Amino acid sequence: MTAQIKYADVEVGTELPAGSFPVTRATLVRYAGASGDFNPIHWNEKFAKEVGLPDVIAHGMFTMAEAIRVVTDWVGDPGAVVEYGVRFTKPVVVPNDETGALVEVTAKVAAKLDDHRVRVDLTAMSAGQKVLGMSRAVVVLA
Amino acid sequence: MALDQSFVGRSYPPTDPYEVGREKIREFAVAVGDANPVYTDPDAAKAFGHLDVIAPPTFVFAITFAAAGQVVEDPQLGLDYSRVVHGDQKFAYSRPVRAGDRLSVTSTIEAVKSMAGNDIIDIRGEVHDETGEHVVTAWTKLVSRAPEEA
Repeated sequence: MTAQIKYADVEVGTELPAGSFPVTRATLVRYAGASGDFNPIHWNEKFAKEVGLPDVIAHGMFTMAEAIRVVTDWVGDPGAVVEYGVRFTKPVVVPNDETGALVEVTAKVAAKLDDHRVRVDLTAMSAGQKVLGMSRAVVVLA
Repeated sequence: MALDQSFVGRSYPPTDPYEVGREKIREFAVAVGDANPVYTDPDAAKAFGHLDVIAPPTFVFAITFAAAGQVVEDPQLGLDYSRVVHGDQKFAYSRPVRAGDRLSVTSTIEAVKSMAGNDIIDIRGEVHDETGEHVVTAWTKLVSRAPEEA
């Protein structure tokens, strides 16, 4: 676990570089294959609407995977992430067009813990809605 | 219908080992658009002190969720999976998942609740490698939504 960011160089409130992650129907098909989650609400518009969704939605785990990239890109070594949790508050609705949806992630250091660890709180938005709640990671810094 | 409280604390037998492959990690990293070389280049991973390429932090969910299928599909529990949505997810790592790991999951039901007609179940998956070393614990909250009124 060798992060490139030094514990001494951050303080509560330090902002991480934000991330912006596009997601199209093609992205979801690829993620379904890679993750093994073939629930049709993530690729079949007719099915999604029949179960009461506005349209096809992204896998919650896809959104969770994108959000943590803000942290792993910041520290360099993804192995520095020792805890990561989220609540799935709103779905990321993915229209059937070239643009799809955008997941925008910001993060800041919320607490300095012992043993060179910090807690990072993340915010993930899509179409003006908060899509992840209670989104927190604990990272070991250098 | 409210789920049976007696399921709280129940553990299921450890799953057969899942062997983590380099190419599966690469496929996952490509799928989430993450070009971090630690996921694809063993030398880049070794530069950070890892034995081989490691997996992105959420990769292990595919393994723990498959294991949670033992719970979800337990006919005695009677969860209506067609109405299930993923509520919360959390991971706590002892070390990153890496290529070559043979991972086994032990699932335990931590809590069962009914709120406003929704059934809520918390499942903890303990993931160990083939030497018995703890790798990661995954907590998954599933919500089976109440059927709409006719």
